[in-house]
Amino acid sequence: MQITVDVNGTSYAREIEPRLLLVHFLRDELDLTGTHWGCDTSNCGVCVVWLDEVPVKSCTVLAAMVDGKAVRTVEGLASTEGLDPVQRGFKQCHGLQCGFCTPGMMMTARALLDTNPDPTEQEIRVAISGQLCRCTGYENIVRSIRWAAEYEAAVDFGDDLDEEVTA
Amino acid sequence: MQVPAQFQYEKATSVGHALRLLAKYGAESRVVAGGHSLLPMMKLRLAQPEALIDINDLDELALIRIDDGELCVGAMVRHAALLDSAVAGEHFPIFHDAERVIADPIVRNRGTIGGSLCQADPSEDLSAAFCAVRATAVIEGLGGRRTVPVREFLLGPYETALTDGEILIEIRVPLGVSASAYEKVDRRAGDWAVAAVGVAVRFDGETGGEKLAEVGIGLTAVGATNFVAVEAEDFLRGGPATAGRITEAASIAARHCHPYADQRGPVAYKRSLVATLTARALTRAVARHHGER
Repeated sequence: MQITVDVNGTSYAREIEPRLLLVHFLRDELDLTGTHWGCDTSNCGVCVVWLDEVPVKSCTVLAAMVDGKAVRTVEGLASTEGLDPVQRGFKQCHGLQCGFCTPGMMMTARALLDTNPDPTEQEIRVAISGQLCRCTGYENIVRSIRWAAEYEAAVDFGDDLDEEVTA
Repeated sequence: MQVPAQFQYEKATSVGHALRLLAKYGAESRVVAGGHSLLPMMKLRLAQPEALIDINDLDELALIRIDDGELCVGAMVRHAALLDSAVAGEHFPIFHDAERVIADPIVRNRGTIGGSLCQADPSEDLSAAFCAVRATAVIEGLGGRRTVPVREFLLGPYETALTDGEILIEIRVPLGVSASAYEKVDRRAGDWAVAAVGVAVRFDGETGGEKLAEVGIGLTAVGATNFVAVEAEDFLRGGPATAGRITEAASIAARHCHPYADQRGPVAYKRSLVATLTARALTRAVARHHGER
């Protein structure tokens, strides 16, 4: 069957088998390998992407289901202004060791901050509770997401400040 | 790599369209909503439908609303939407209690209420919750609509009252419950219940001398017939909700369920959990009735 999907603002048309899972569509058909493929059972959360702005586990969504819809992956986090604050947070706070869970963690973090710009540590832990980090790095992941929240609050507070710093 | 076997895929554009597609593909076709139960089963070949009818685009089934004295929850309502629904939480805190402990936030973004009920997994939380509040399932087929109490909708593990060619449309919950609560024990965040209990109570009479006009007690994952503790409900109905009577009802619920031993624990432990959780849920519901959270 033929599907057309908007991924990170680019429209892709592909001929697929109905049984193709979204995670494999992204990785194997579009070569967007930033989205990782983990447990296959919607437990580990390394495959989290946005489907029409909502984070989902792409190992448990058929590519056929996203025909005509918009997907955002980790490749769509950075913009012309540079890395997303969530990505900067993970860099600043050592939010990753092996990096396998990182794309999913960051997509969930971005969605969390978009709806709750000032989450508590507990709210962050609940938000990522469907995602596993086998390097046991949760402490730094939580810290990274808090860093992004605080960075965005500071930028919002002083729009001009950012320009001054750049200048 | 876990991948489903081959199947035909159709995207339904309306309930009528979905019903016609089901009729066209016959008994080996399945409706897919969030897919978070069906797709994992297809990967493992525990289910191998020849055709999937995708109803994700049926927005008319994704509504939560009050209609004619009932809370109506569309079959395509995502778990996250039920958890976010202020109107559902106001009338039935049991749904928010349960949704907070169903899977994880990302799975809840995709999984649906209708899918959960139709899966009829013995460990699924909403079955007991909807039984506790005495909800009704609205079912549609090409021949028209019919309603079935959720207590009769769930026939057994993975078996419902739906016949070939029918779709669950919505769940209707009569308003008028005084208070409700859901209590669950699981081994880790997002896991299936070792045991869980949902209760809904309706009081009448003057404050101070109130009696329980109606009680609903739903049991999850412990082999209760129709997911309910009928004997405990019968015991409580018509009397006050005192601590002593709650303890006795909890013990009755524990005696009458049929848990089996598995990796989540032995039978005696699960019965003990049923007693503890039934008492806890009843106590919490009564406290809520008296204005506590």
